[in-house]
Amino acid sequence: MLKIKDLYASVEGMEILKGINLEVKPGEVHAIMGPNGSGKSTLANVLAGKEDYEVTNGEVVFEGEDLLEKSPEERAKDGIFLSFQYPVEIPGVPMVNFLKTSVNEHRKHKGLKELTAGEFLKLMREKMDLVDMHTKLTNRMVNEGFSGGEKKKNEIFQMALLEPKLAILDETDSGLDIDALKTVANGVNALKSPERSTIVVTHYQRLLDYIVPDYVHILYQGKIVKTAGKELALHLEEKGYDWIKSENGN
Amino acid sequence: MSVLVDKADLSLKYTAHYNEVKDELFANSSDILNAQRNKAFQNFVLQGIPTRRNENYKYTNLNPAFLPDFKFIHTKEEKKADISEVFRCDVPQLNTNLALVFNGWFYKNETEKGDLPEGVILDSLDSISKERPELLEKYASLANVEEDPMVALNTAFAKDGFFLYVPKNVVVESPIQIINLLQDEKDTFSTQRNFILVEDGAKVQVLLCDHTLNLNQYLNNSVTEIFAGNNSEVEFYTLQNQHNKATNINSVFIDQQRDSRVTSHTASLHGGLIRNNLKFALNGENAEAHMYGMAFMDKKQHVDNFTQVIHAAPHCESNQIYKNVLDEKSTGAFAGRIHVVRDAQKTNAFQRNNNLLLTDEATMQTKPQLIIDADDVKCSHGATVGQIDEEALFYLRARGINEDQARLMMMNAFAHEVVKEIKLEPLRDRIDELVDKRLKGEVARCHDCAYQCDC
Repeated sequence: MLKIKDLYASVEGMEILKGINLEVKPGEVHAIMGPNGSGKSTLANVLAGKEDYEVTNGEVVFEGEDLLEKSPEERAKDGIFLSFQYPVEIPGVPMVNFLKTSVNEHRKHKGLKELTAGEFLKLMREKMDLVDMHTKLTNRMVNEGFSGGEKKKNEIFQMALLEPKLAILDETDSGLDIDALKTVANGVNALKSPERSTIVVTHYQRLLDYIVPDYVHILYQGKIVKTAGKELALHLEEKGYDWIKSENGN
Repeated sequence: MSVLVDKADLSLKYTAHYNEVKDELFANSSDILNAQRNKAFQNFVLQGIPTRRNENYKYTNLNPAFLPDFKFIHTKEEKKADISEVFRCDVPQLNTNLALVFNGWFYKNETEKGDLPEGVILDSLDSISKERPELLEKYASLANVEEDPMVALNTAFAKDGFFLYVPKNVVVESPIQIINLLQDEKDTFSTQRNFILVEDGAKVQVLLCDHTLNLNQYLNNSVTEIFAGNNSEVEFYTLQNQHNKATNINSVFIDQQRDSRVTSHTASLHGGLIRNNLKFALNGENAEAHMYGMAFMDKKQHVDNFTQVIHAAPHCESNQIYKNVLDEKSTGAFAGRIHVVRDAQKTNAFQRNNNLLLTDEATMQTKPQLIIDADDVKCSHGATVGQIDEEALFYLRARGINEDQARLMMMNAFAHEVVKEIKLEPLRDRIDELVDKRLKGEVARCHDCAYQCDC
């Protein structure tokens, strides 16, 4: 589904990713862990197509196509979903308009008929239950005045509406209390299917108690320095990132 | 020929014109209007056509707008347009009392009877100033000819416009809509003088729509005086939709008495050069003034909003939000003055001007000014000039919304803060739609009328 080969990327001339190799197959859950500044969020943003990041080397193939050639909106419609670490507040853009436009853009791309307002509202209500989303939020402007937890819930809610092939959860656990964390994780798990893959980018192990990964990768200084099963996360929790740092000569 | 000679010539040209048409101006006009003419014209000559040297016109040079050899219409002409056609141009689902001002002259809607309550007068300023002079006692008392040359010129040339009177405690349920059209086979200078008198406890909504119907050059110089009595409520909407060769100078003066509430809403959708002067005088305690403005400019269009609020009585509130979206090489200006006089304690005065520049070539000048002579007041002002938030744009795109559409959503969102303050729901929906069309680069027509012009 996704193949990353020797990926290098920089931002404002500073090299952040220094040769990433990763393959994600359908249905797999990959966790990417690492200390602050190791390039986790950069990887997530590069995959989503953020223009601030410049890819200097390597390739990314998604579903057999060159991903890096595509605009963020094309990637989204092809089935890549980035759950933002810091969802943006957009005053003046109503949630419902935003979600409906987004869903219909996806549908058009798939050659499906656009949903009418009524049909969309029905779909929205179905998906709202999944993450315990309240109408008091969907009646607002995009993320405006949402708490940290509500913003993250809203990301998963959008994921439920768009049903991506590959979801990239960028620090979805940051700023969540344990209840919100469970709700969000339940939402993600409910969407799990043999075709749908997930990349969970996280600093801490605790999210992985709820979203159980098939593989855990440790990103350090722009490279994946270790890959193993879910036990690696526990090991890391126990020993801390210093273990990785000392193993890698720092 | 040097620019200086040009300028002198231009002033001379207008003086020669005034002397030439003086008899025509005075003929068939009421004493009320005639009484102001000579003094007003002298004041125009003294001040001259406004250029950037005039502090109040620092960002708008009107000199080039006066250059064409305009036709003046100092005597009412037979209507040339099919007025009944024009009257079809309305906002759907908005039941209004319609009237037409054509090249500055008022034409009654004969085809449709509105539902104006008894005692309410919507008529021509020319006829009311002759038939009911007592209603025009305050004529020219707000529009000061010594302060603005364009007001002076309007007062010198003023022959007609609309007159609206709402007697004490009368509530006009359906909004009053004035369609203001410019159309002539020649380049035309139009003068329009309006007068609105809303007595104590009365309530009215007025919608003014400015249009040009062909591609000739127009200079429209209009002055409106509004008197809002104690505890009255006035909503005043102006929709400006003219073509790129039109200059629209629009001065509105409002006198507010105790407990009155006046809202002015100006949507500048299209126009070559637009200058809006808006002056509120809060003369009674507990009066409330709300001023909203939005403009969407492109090509070499120019919009300049000049507002003044005089807090002359205590416990009053004024609130201003002006937003501009400037594309291509368009230019914009906002100058807002709030003056709190010495005894106007407990004043609340707020002002904000936000601007979105879509290109590097578009420019915006913004100048807030607070003059506060009282000590117990709350005043604030703020201005921003910026580009579209790239983070928000990426967020929308990451959800599959293409870049153009995402930009459009963001621009609509920017304007929405002002649009949502429109209380007339059908009008709000219509303006939402027009703003959307305008931002998409489509010609936004606010009527489905048959007039076709590439304006």
